[in-house]
Amino acid sequence: MRIKADTDLCVGSGQCTLTEPTVFDQDDDGLVTLLTDHPDDQSAAQARHAVTLCPSRALSIVQE
Amino acid sequence: MTKSVAGELAGLELPVERGCPFAPPAAYERLREQAPISKVRLTSGGQAWWVSGHEEARTVLADPRFSSDRRKDGFPLFNLDAATLRQLRSQPQLMIGMDGGEHAAARRPVIGEFTIKRLAALRPRIQDIVDHFIDALLATDQRPVDLVQALSLPVPSLVICELLGVPYTDHDFFQSRTTMMVSRTSSPQERRQAFTEVRAYLDDLVTRKEAEPGDDLFGRQIARQRQNGALDHAGLVSLAFLLLTAGHETTANMISLGVVGLLTHPEQLALIKTDPGRTPMAVEELLRYFTIADGVTSRVATEDMEIGGASIRAGEGVIVSALSANWDPAAFKDPADLDVDRGARHHLAFGFGPHQCLGQNLARMELQIVFDTLFRRIPALRLAVPVDDLPFKNDAVIYGAHELPVTW
Repeated sequence: MRIKADTDLCVGSGQCTLTEPTVFDQDDDGLVTLLTDHPDDQSAAQARHAVTLCPSRALSIVQE
Repeated sequence: MTKSVAGELAGLELPVERGCPFAPPAAYERLREQAPISKVRLTSGGQAWWVSGHEEARTVLADPRFSSDRRKDGFPLFNLDAATLRQLRSQPQLMIGMDGGEHAAARRPVIGEFTIKRLAALRPRIQDIVDHFIDALLATDQRPVDLVQALSLPVPSLVICELLGVPYTDHDFFQSRTTMMVSRTSSPQERRQAFTEVRAYLDDLVTRKEAEPGDDLFGRQIARQRQNGALDHAGLVSLAFLLLTAGHETTANMISLGVVGLLTHPEQLALIKTDPGRTPMAVEELLRYFTIADGVTSRVATEDMEIGGASIRAGEGVIVSALSANWDPAAFKDPADLDVDRGARHHLAFGFGPHQCLGQNLARMELQIVFDTLFRRIPALRLAVPVDDLPFKNDAVIYGAHELPVTW
């Protein structure tokens, strides 16, 4: 599973960072940055949860 | 009082009073069972779509074909009186009423102020503020104490002072005026007066920051604006006012109701007392359970569309009920149970879509610190009156408690 983040859509709610801080971070301007786009087995479930919580649909899962 | 006909509810007067006092009005459940999106008639005149299902609420709030512009025809302003409406339409647009690119341009410069990292730096100061008011509580011999005045209102007020960079010498003024703005004991004239004074104060504060920009929220906004060209003084004053109004009474109400929720569910309170690691999830559950800002997330359709079985036409108003969505059993099993362990992060208490609450993570932190500290330092805290005798804000746009007499 690969995570994609679209910073043009990001509204800086911080939901992703709050949910899985090993995968998602925020830059100084509050926009999402990915610490990894391939979450490991331990963080995959929470990363998926973060994708569903994103209010601006800036996150998506790319099937590989 | 009301009779439903083929998905329509005649004369649903919004806002509707809550039930018991925790549960949503019974009409909400009836409407949701009929259809996740249904047409309602508003007693204030006209009709609007009523979105009561959790998934449908997310869909509408994330869909750019709905406008947040309160000045547009068809926008369902069911909870505002004519005078407030006129005032709203004559004032410059706040961020919450903007759409698309205009909204992004207003919100983007500010979101860096509310990152998890930046807020974490505020944590020790917020802890100090909470401890300060709990020290005062413990120092008094008076019983019962009204927790609304002693803790719920002053904590978020001082946190906003911190955020806006209000100098310490002005804290008492800010504290007293912001309390007067929202207190039931103030007369309408006192409330208007306090409102005007706060507005003038914020205008003056922004002017002072422009002369001497420091390393705070306004200092950074001013630097950013100067870098990009022109300084927008009026925009900064509006931002200050928005941060105050959005972050003060709302947080205060959640503090009060959260305390009521925990005190009336001692088994849930025991869970966070023995394991404060659970407090963040308890906060999410309390936010879901009370959903104090219900029907605030209204929209108007800008195109014809089909959503959740409803044919919505351009120009029609849509009221998204976050409270109904947060009690939708399809999203939250046994929604009437207050269950701190349920995992309630997908609640819509902060809204959804591009307008989702800017200060949500600040609110989360304030609530976590207040609940943890209050019940750790005053473990014997209890309501001084039966819960049914508490004066809940059934008449207000934002739900809460006017007073919360507690003792220990």
